[in-house]
Amino acid sequence: MTRWLSPAGLAVLVSACAGAGAQSSPAAPPAPAATPAAPVSTDTTSVDRPQYVSTYKRRTNPPVLIRNATVLTAAGQEIPNASVLFRDGKIVAVGANVTAPSDAMIVDGSGKFVTPGIIDTHSHLGVYAAPGTFGENDGNEATNPVTAEVWAEHSIWPQDPQIPLAIAGGVTVMQVLPGSANLIGGRSATVRLVPARTVQEMKFPGAPYGVKFACGENPKRVYQNRGPSTRMGNMAGYRAAFIQAEQYRQRWDKWLKDRKGDAPGRDLRSETLAGVLRGEISVQNHCYRADEMAQMLDLAKEFGFKIRSFHHGIEAYKIADLLAANGTAASIWSDWGGFKMEAFDPILENAALVTKAGARAVIHTDSPDGIQRMNQDMAKAYYAGVRAGITLTRDQAIKWITANPAWVLGLDAWTGTLETGKMADVVLWSGDPFSVYSKAEKVWNEGWLVFDRLDPTRQYKTDFNVGQTAPGVGR
Amino acid sequence: MKTVNGERSTVNGNSRLVVSILTLCVVASLRLSAQSIAITGGTIYPVSGPRIPNGTVVIQDGRIVAVGANVSVPAGATHVDATGKWITPGFIHANANAGLGVSGLGAFQEGGVQGEINPSFNPAEGIDPAAFAIPIVRTGGVTGGVLMPGGSFFPGQAPAVNFAGDRVEDMLVRRNAAMVLDLSENSKGAGGGSRAGTMARIRRLFDDALEYARRRADFHRAAIQPLSAPAKELEALLPMLRGEVPLAISANRRIDIENALRLKREYRLRVVLLNGVEAWQVAKEIAAAGVPVVLEPNRDIPSFDGLGARLDNATLLREGGVDVVIAQGDPGGERNLRYAAGNAVRNGMSWDDALRALTILPASTFGLGDYGTLEAGKVANVVIWSGDPFEFSAIAEKVYIKGREQPLRTRETELRDKYRALPPPP
Repeated sequence: MTRWLSPAGLAVLVSACAGAGAQSSPAAPPAPAATPAAPVSTDTTSVDRPQYVSTYKRRTNPPVLIRNATVLTAAGQEIPNASVLFRDGKIVAVGANVTAPSDAMIVDGSGKFVTPGIIDTHSHLGVYAAPGTFGENDGNEATNPVTAEVWAEHSIWPQDPQIPLAIAGGVTVMQVLPGSANLIGGRSATVRLVPARTVQEMKFPGAPYGVKFACGENPKRVYQNRGPSTRMGNMAGYRAAFIQAEQYRQRWDKWLKDRKGDAPGRDLRSETLAGVLRGEISVQNHCYRADEMAQMLDLAKEFGFKIRSFHHGIEAYKIADLLAANGTAASIWSDWGGFKMEAFDPILENAALVTKAGARAVIHTDSPDGIQRMNQDMAKAYYAGVRAGITLTRDQAIKWITANPAWVLGLDAWTGTLETGKMADVVLWSGDPFSVYSKAEKVWNEGWLVFDRLDPTRQYKTDFNVGQTAPGVGR
Repeated sequence: MKTVNGERSTVNGNSRLVVSILTLCVVASLRLSAQSIAITGGTIYPVSGPRIPNGTVVIQDGRIVAVGANVSVPAGATHVDATGKWITPGFIHANANAGLGVSGLGAFQEGGVQGEINPSFNPAEGIDPAAFAIPIVRTGGVTGGVLMPGGSFFPGQAPAVNFAGDRVEDMLVRRNAAMVLDLSENSKGAGGGSRAGTMARIRRLFDDALEYARRRADFHRAAIQPLSAPAKELEALLPMLRGEVPLAISANRRIDIENALRLKREYRLRVVLLNGVEAWQVAKEIAAAGVPVVLEPNRDIPSFDGLGARLDNATLLREGGVDVVIAQGDPGGERNLRYAAGNAVRNGMSWDDALRALTILPASTFGLGDYGTLEAGKVANVVIWSGDPFEFSAIAEKVYIKGREQPLRTRETELRDKYRALPPPP
């Protein structure tokens, strides 16, 4: 059922579409690597060569069997006294009667809970790294309202000491986005939270690229002297960029068909946006206000693309029906807001009302603090919804931080739930993840035990912490 | 007569002011003589003593008059059945912001003024009792706070308030509950670019204030060398220098904390540490100096202002004998103070210590002796919870401030109800 890409196959998987860089369509599960890479030779151009490929490799680990735990699958079930077995990076069995292979590491889950690894659709770890000096301030290429040409992965610092803190919160995958100064801020990178020397070692193989859009106050504030300085200016900026990209795509698609004559000139800005028009790059749109989200949905219709998720959609509850009809997710907080005018109307029941309307709600963070406690933000939003009389299950709430963000990142065929065949991204919690007192105790990233609260040797620190007073992860 | 607290006056017409005042007087006297409430059946966490299962709290005239297991309900008292509920003192947020401007909107903040040396600044008259953040804060069981000024080296005085009342005077508990000093990385500029320069500037300021106090006459005859701040600022420092008001020093790096302790020793001050990211490294020294620490339990991200940030700071400080007061950092999220306490417990603090960190300790630290416990004689700031107040599953069901039940309707609940069904009804 699950389509599987070997890392080796992915490493050579190259888009044939003018270097769009999207290694698979976000609208459907990524396809197996069928397209052979063009041979790299002096006759080829940059378009035909592999671009910034992932060098992530799954670690070899013994099978793991977690027993006697309450398992929240994020696939419709909460199973008491259940087991989860995974081997070779994949989930083999979930349920009441699972026998351990002889070589399995046995983990007693009595009184404990198991969930899929948490996924954050909105992080700036690595691009706004700690310790937070100018030297690590690499998140906003605020030099032009449209910088679709920049890629977040070219800013990510794998030694950001915030990364291990997020791992200790049970996060296994995140989308790292450029900042929100620009209408179009650049490509995102979807990475695994694992110890690494290079971002290539973290990049999730086969994950489609996203592109960051930002509505509203930020671009019009940053560019108020040169424009855009209004919301209508913002919209004009988007349209101008896509009109260019439309022509660029047509030129390239025509040339790629027969490869006659000189190739059109390569333009990284339009290349990313052409990837959006081809459905290969997903739109990740920072947008707070309901009326503005509706404008962006119309923009998407004008140019024939989809918005995968709004981010910071504080007013998503006002247009939850529209989000459901458009198949656009809402990445939101439980209750953060009030810090600017477009964030003026937060309500605690946002995620619950979006879910009730049939749209995908996602709890995201945009915060190196929040990413450490995403289960808490989920719990807050869950209980608020239940108290307001909105019908909601715990499984639906767990999906807000697992299965739904996996969908937003185009990874839902691979991870985000505890189902046979899915990747072994697994968190063992000390207690109910809906409780403020519970902590991620063990975190497996594709079967690799990257964090163990009970074993200091399994709590890695980035180079920044070496030889300095190390921050603890609590006890 | 409708006397729901927190609602605006509904009196119309030209004589509105006069009528309002008359109404207030009449209502106040009626209410105060009649306002007797008995909360029964719940588990009481008085903080001043062990928890009391199936206990009773009696409130009269805005004060608690009895707390215990065998307390009789006075005749005529409004009876509140709290069976299965948890009852605590109202929480006090020691690093509060609600009321100082419109939510978190930067341009509309009232908590600081320009300039570096502002000890005479007190934001009390910038408090807006109608700010929509105030009812939101109450939904988190937060009944009072110390409104910390900020934004400069010596930002000013911190008033303590109750989060209820139609006028600032109704809200104020203590106008000058602390003098605030920022000794963090932010203040290096005020010292010319070095922490050592900052310390030298503080000492000169304090010395000048003391000299000004000794030689006021010379000062007014201009027979004194120029002082390092205007007279009104030096004057404002004196209650703090006399030890009548605590100096709340924001310091994170260990050396900044040690500098704060030096100032305390040299000038014999009452000092409170704010933030204290690396305080755990000097817990013993802080405890020996009798200095409480107001901290945010979730601060663990290293910066050069505190490389030693760690989640169990509060726990380690408690183990070292330090009084820890828990604060919530996000100005938009003060209602989440209780979850900050829950996270302190998550990171190793005892539940009882976390409760003290929201109640009796902020009260004692900032001179609010009438608050922070459920004891006869204390001001009746009381919260009835559906369960463990630190948990997401629980909710503050009833919040009393000065013995009056507060409305828990907020701008947020009204928006929710407006958009519960889509499209919203006209």
